[in-house]
Amino acid sequence: MIAETLQRIGTVAVFLVRLLVQCGPALRKPRAVVHQIYNAGARSLIIIMLSGLFVGMVLGLQGFDLLQRFGSEDALGVAAALGLLKELGPVVTALLFAGRAGTALTSEIGLMRATDQLTAMEMMAVDPLRHVVAPRFIGGVVAMPLLVAIFNVIGLFGAQLIGVQLMGVDPGAFWSQMQAAVELDDVNEGIVKSVCFGLACSLIAVHEGYTAKPTAEGVGLATTRTVVISSVLTLLLDYILTAAFLGR
Amino acid sequence: MGGNGGTPKRMTETIIKISGLSYGVGGRGIFSGLDFEALRGQVTAIMGPSGTGKTTLLRLITGQVSPAAGRVEVFGQQVDTLEKPELYALRRRMGMLFQNGALLTDLSVFENVAFPVRAHARLPESVLRQLVLTKLHAVGLRGAAELMPAELSGGMARRVALARAIVMDPELLIYDEPFVGLDPISMGVIVRLIRELNDALGITSIVVSHDVDELAQIAHRSCLLSGGKVVAQGSPAELRESRLEVVRQFMSGESDGPVAFHYPAPDYFDQLMDRGGSSSSAGRAPR
Repeated sequence: MIAETLQRIGTVAVFLVRLLVQCGPALRKPRAVVHQIYNAGARSLIIIMLSGLFVGMVLGLQGFDLLQRFGSEDALGVAAALGLLKELGPVVTALLFAGRAGTALTSEIGLMRATDQLTAMEMMAVDPLRHVVAPRFIGGVVAMPLLVAIFNVIGLFGAQLIGVQLMGVDPGAFWSQMQAAVELDDVNEGIVKSVCFGLACSLIAVHEGYTAKPTAEGVGLATTRTVVISSVLTLLLDYILTAAFLGR
Repeated sequence: MGGNGGTPKRMTETIIKISGLSYGVGGRGIFSGLDFEALRGQVTAIMGPSGTGKTTLLRLITGQVSPAAGRVEVFGQQVDTLEKPELYALRRRMGMLFQNGALLTDLSVFENVAFPVRAHARLPESVLRQLVLTKLHAVGLRGAAELMPAELSGGMARRVALARAIVMDPELLIYDEPFVGLDPISMGVIVRLIRELNDALGITSIVVSHDVDELAQIAHRSCLLSGGKVVAQGSPAELRESRLEVVRQFMSGESDGPVAFHYPAPDYFDQLMDRGGSSSSAGRAPR
């Protein structure tokens, strides 16, 4: 079991190196990359925005309930901003990304394998890693931080909607305390996390698709593995990165 | 369009030479000591019952898999020893038609045919357009250039794939089961195109199929695979006159013979009575 896991990690690492080598040439065809950013990013917008709104609203409710026990409901803006920027934004977006864009990437590449499209490319002396996988990987990596930023903005709007509009927190205190307490390091932590999650989720998605068995069952299993591995890896990376940022 | 005419002198150079080939998958041997040759300018047919490894032989020729033993030489280069850049350089001299066409589903017919050109050459768009339309015209689908693969019939998809396979002017064209699932009209078109393209472009063609009558119309030479070896080769007429039982069974389509109708199984009566080996429990009602 351990040997198998290590072997799998090694295989993914080798795949990552081969993929990174092809990313440079793939960037010379920006239209393909932009198309993939659109596929992974723009097509995930609705689910990201809706989730961001509801997460922000829940944060507003729970935060208000907790903070008013200490008479500190004015700090709701800070609590919501830090919660979203440092944790909820990157993590929830990555989990949603794995379920929406990750599965789409895996099944698309897996089906291309199953229908001989990748083999046909290899027979045309065209490397599928460069022409198919690399643009999708770059698209996912670029889209993730953008989606996290949008999730955070909508989430803050949701928290403000509940905290200020519904519960009556002073809007001046809500925004000014947020502005005073949130530091650049907090924003950076969220950005680093979103980039790491983007790399991890995109890598898992394209790897599972590329190595999927060329059958209907194989593509289905690969898609399931993408969601499971990406979700677990996101939470594991989140702990490691949080510990690293707190330990500085 | 006879397949067994005289042999011109240019048809003596060996393009593919396979000797002593052994290969297996998952402990099951597919080839053992297989020898095979394809000559320049000829249409060579590889025939054989299902499961004899015809497509696997193509995968070995194109370097998709490596043999366990023996040599596979294409254009004088041993395929399994080539590094990726050399293998890709070799593949640029080949074109391959897949059984299902393997068109890129997110590209139009025009872009599918243009794909290998865009990947390997920087041609002005006007020249590329002329080149692609010329190839599409050759397969009769110039008018379908803007369609998407999902809008094509099976026969049309096969012809688009053929246009894509010849767009880089290959020296060797490989067809994997080109007649499967086609209506008689589409099949006739593909049969005619294979031989016409071979003769007009002066290329070498390898056709894997088990459609004896269609191959007889276009092949200069046919090889019959069975039991991991080439058991017979020659012109289609020579194969028809062969006295080898396996050849006669295949050419006349008899259901039983050296190639058994039944997959190896335990005794029928014993299995029905649920006696003996583990396979006999298949289908047993739960207790």
